[in-house]
Amino acid sequence: MAKNQVYTKSYHPYHSPDDPCPDPGEKHYSTPPHLYMGFQPEKLPQYTPKEALQKGTLWPALYDPYEKNQKLKG
Amino acid sequence: MWVYEKKLQYPVKVSTCNPQLAKFLVEQYGGADGELAAALRYLNQRYTIPDKVVGLLNDIGTEEFAHLEMIAAMVYKLTKDATPEQLKQAGLGDHYVNHGEALFYSNAAEVPFTATYIQAKGDPIADLYEDIAAEEKARATYQWIIDMSDDVDLNDSLRFLREREIVHSQRFREAVEILKEERDRKKVF
Ligand SMILES: [Fe+2]
Repeated sequence: MAKNQVYTKSYHPYHSPDDPCPDPGEKHYSTPPHLYMGFQPEKLPQYTPKEALQKGTLWPALYDPYEKNQKLKG
Repeated sequence: MWVYEKKLQYPVKVSTCNPQLAKFLVEQYGGADGELAAALRYLNQRYTIPDKVVGLLNDIGTEEFAHLEMIAAMVYKLTKDATPEQLKQAGLGDHYVNHGEALFYSNAAEVPFTATYIQAKGDPIADLYEDIAAEEKARATYQWIIDMSDDVDLNDSLRFLREREIVHSQRFREAVEILKEERDRKKVF
């Protein structure tokens, strides 16, 4: 999942030896591509209209599909 | 005025008989960061925003109603065939005694919608920053609903809606840049 490595960040909250639940490990959070884009540059590559309607954006540069439990799995 | 097209912005299909998902989905129907709040917020703020970005608020506010309609379709499909007993099991017993099978603008915890969820500050930057935050919060809400849902078809539609929040946030961020550039331009001349 190369894409998700780009658009998620992670951290590992402190887990005490006394904490009763197992350490779930890394927590991931979304940092979708628009956070880095600034003003959208002109002439970015586009999806076909059909693809764009399915994905919710015309531009691959703005596409960030969320996977279930991405928070846990990154 | 608006022109209504008798179709959804994106197809809505649910593949599991799981009314509990409807309970979660209403967060995006009548919740603080839901589609109703978004539509009402933008379509009201647009009157007192600089003309360069009025059209943006108009377009996005309009699209939010199309999203509201998709959420309504999801909730309806998930609840229309459920028995009162099944609704009770799904945590929708409170909803049923108040509204029967009808939909209502409340959040996932049955708190009715209130205009206090939204603001119009009359300051373009304050308003646009609220709008950006609203889009990110709506994006996050879709993430958490997808996390709670095992319905593949429903999640497909929710992923589309989440992507639209990303695009909206991008456009609001650009709107801020447009309003900032106005000031720079004056400096130059
Ligand atoms: Fe939105």
